[in-house]
Amino acid sequence: MIESMSHGIGVDIAFLLLATLAVVTAWRVFRTDSMVRASFFLLVSFIAVGVIMILLAAEYLGVAMFFMMAVEMTVMALFMVMFMMNPAGLNPMNMVHQERISIGAGVVSFLVLSAMALLAVFPDRPVSAGLDPVRSLGNEMLGDSMLIFESAGLVLLTTMIGVVVLSSHRGRYGAATEGSLPPGLESGGDPAGKPEEDEDGEDGGHHHHHH
Amino acid sequence: MTLATLLLLAAALIGIGIYGALSQQSFVMLMMGLELILNGVMLAAVAFWAFSGAGAPEGQLLTIIVMAVMAIEMTMGFALVVAVFRGKQADTTESLTGLKH
Repeated sequence: MIESMSHGIGVDIAFLLLATLAVVTAWRVFRTDSMVRASFFLLVSFIAVGVIMILLAAEYLGVAMFFMMAVEMTVMALFMVMFMMNPAGLNPMNMVHQERISIGAGVVSFLVLSAMALLAVFPDRPVSAGLDPVRSLGNEMLGDSMLIFESAGLVLLTTMIGVVVLSSHRGRYGAATEGSLPPGLESGGDPAGKPEEDEDGEDGGHHHHHH
Repeated sequence: MTLATLLLLAAALIGIGIYGALSQQSFVMLMMGLELILNGVMLAAVAFWAFSGAGAPEGQLLTIIVMAVMAIEMTMGFALVVAVFRGKQADTTESLTGLKH
């Protein structure tokens, strides 16, 4: 492989350290006992990749990676605390299924992709010295590729609406079942398929029904 | 730091991500695997942009789009986790046997 970018030995050393850090922390994500720690390991892996992007002169993308991942992994850690049984890692955790197939799939995909990286011949056209990457990205996003950029924004807006619909357990006028009881099996009978809440009330004294 | 070493790093991240996405039982850990795959994809895109693409701005734009995909994956994933947890009190993939809850 031709050395296609003029940079010092310092950049190479930094890249080696960051690459090791990114892979080791990525591996530790699935090997740590604590789910909160797992999300922070993932954050470290992302930050290492972001620094590598900055070394590659893609400053905007590297810094955007820092901000995005810092927020994303904090949200992830919060979700871990909310939903998972063992966020603090006080007990050993190994929640895996089909592990052998998964290891095989991971190793095979790594080998195939590495073979492509090493054997394929890619054109050697490095970034020209006079290029300002941030300016060129800005001109592209608000110029020729504006439609793509705006579509991404629209998809994000659609996602926000969909997420609120999915995660909200009530609609604008109350719960999903409100005012929409199914008709009875006989005319005038009880609604069909309605969970019988009032009948199992012997141990449910804390339920408050408003009739 | 050559194109080959960068692509090897991306391949390692994608491989670990595939392992995680296939092996983890917890929804959020599974999403972490997907994130790692996208992490490797973004690194490969930036590497190609820097070494093979002559700094064509579309290379950086592709990375921005992958970042948007990542954000969408996270939000949809968390919304589904909330919906499943509300319906089934479950946080592992094994407890879901059907699409309907």
